[in-house]
Amino acid sequence: MYQFNSGFELLELTKKYDMPISEIVINYEHEMTGDDRELIINKMAANLDVMRKSIEKGLKDDIKSVGGFIGGDAKKLYDKIINNFTISGETVSKAVASAIAVSEVNASMGKIVAAPTAGSSGVIPGSLITIARKFGKSNDELIRALFTSSGIGIIIAKNSTLSGAEGGCQAEVGSASAMAAAALVELIGGSPEQSLYAASFAIMNLLGLVCDPVAGLVEVPCVTRNAVGTANALICADLALSGIKSIIPFDDVISAMDNVGKMMPCALKETAEGGLAKTTTGIKFKMNFSGD
Amino acid sequence: MNLREYSVFDIMGPIMIGPSSSHTAGAARIAKIARQIAGDDIKDVQFILYDSFASTYKGHGTDKALVAGILGLDPDDERLPHSFELAKEQNISVLFIKSDKDAQHPNTVRIIIKDKSGDVTDILGSSIGGGNVVLKEINGMNVEFTGEYETLITKHIDKPGIIAMVTKVLAEYKINIAFMRVYRQLKGDNAIMVIESDQVIPEDVRISIENINGIERAIVINSIKNTY
Repeated sequence: MYQFNSGFELLELTKKYDMPISEIVINYEHEMTGDDRELIINKMAANLDVMRKSIEKGLKDDIKSVGGFIGGDAKKLYDKIINNFTISGETVSKAVASAIAVSEVNASMGKIVAAPTAGSSGVIPGSLITIARKFGKSNDELIRALFTSSGIGIIIAKNSTLSGAEGGCQAEVGSASAMAAAALVELIGGSPEQSLYAASFAIMNLLGLVCDPVAGLVEVPCVTRNAVGTANALICADLALSGIKSIIPFDDVISAMDNVGKMMPCALKETAEGGLAKTTTGIKFKMNFSGD
Repeated sequence: MNLREYSVFDIMGPIMIGPSSSHTAGAARIAKIARQIAGDDIKDVQFILYDSFASTYKGHGTDKALVAGILGLDPDDERLPHSFELAKEQNISVLFIKSDKDAQHPNTVRIIIKDKSGDVTDILGSSIGGGNVVLKEINGMNVEFTGEYETLITKHIDKPGIIAMVTKVLAEYKINIAFMRVYRQLKGDNAIMVIESDQVIPEDVRISIENINGIERAIVINSIKNTY
């Protein structure tokens, strides 16, 4: 039996079967759907393929978003990396540029994987694909990492929400960042406990983040928040891998996120009635955008 | 805690055309289900948009996604952003109307489809997040199904024995019924049956069911999972 409803239960399963999180999640999926292992792995490989292509497209093509507020930003950052001129260094900048690339492809009606949502679709591919390349990890290891991410996402979905409309951006980019951080830890050889510490740090750092899209579109500030969710995932994975422990367990962090989401006013949950959407400039952009 | 069982691919996925799973992928899915109910000879479509669909549809490409669904495109089809041109090529006219009425759920659309023979299909559906949808009305009758399962819909006359005959055919082909509901307007009048199944329902099974005396039409809507 590979069913789990909490981080605690997931850790117990990794101990009971002496398996990494990714393997528990693959078994969970097999048990739940009856699909065989090969099909499950192939479906995830298809996700990875779309993720890679969306990064390539975003770094190469001239992107223009539907609302017209963003586009071409991934390329701008990538030029800085090529010229060896970034403050945060090559690894963070590459991961961030990749995340922005996916987010821009999304905003321009290109093909992406909702991971876990379209609005937060840059974080997981940006961080995992960049770090896998840096450490020479194989495609199979990367596919495994996506199962680790999914396991964390399942726990969040069961105990709180992954939707900005229900829980604010903390639930979207915050969750994506936690899913990425946990997977990075496993990818680099950390323990399941360390994966959950990394996921805990990631959400703690973004707790309370509101969802306030300008003109109601998945453009500003969504794209730069994907950037920060990506950098946060890298940092939180490093914290956990260095042996730092979260004193608040993952399940408590999720419960805190859920409480904060419930306390958050509706104006700050994707309705574009507060935050950046209601600034003088935000309102002006909404008026200028011809598409209602 | 939420008791729903999540597949890994509910969380990591779907593969879709951006920018919004609820406003783009979900919209395309509702319209594709509407097409499967209405049939292929579509001539003219009206979309009545409610709440958040009405206020932000252009910026989310909801309009393009809805038209793409009507053309039978999946939410991950890269032709989705060009659906208006494709509809024009197929001589399908489309019209968008913003409603100021409340629809109980933020992302709701009514789709009124006229086909070449003049028949009208009227469906109401909501996009409930993550690309998931709920169909709420077919031709004025309240229904409820998600398209997550292989779905069989029959239009039939409300009389004894019809349901038994349908389930008998399914049993013969070893098709397991996961959920089943029957809806009717008036006793002895038009009725709709919605059967959600675990297995694919092949075309010959659909035809056998449609040939049952008292069944006017049988429609199969392919599961989202089978088309992943």
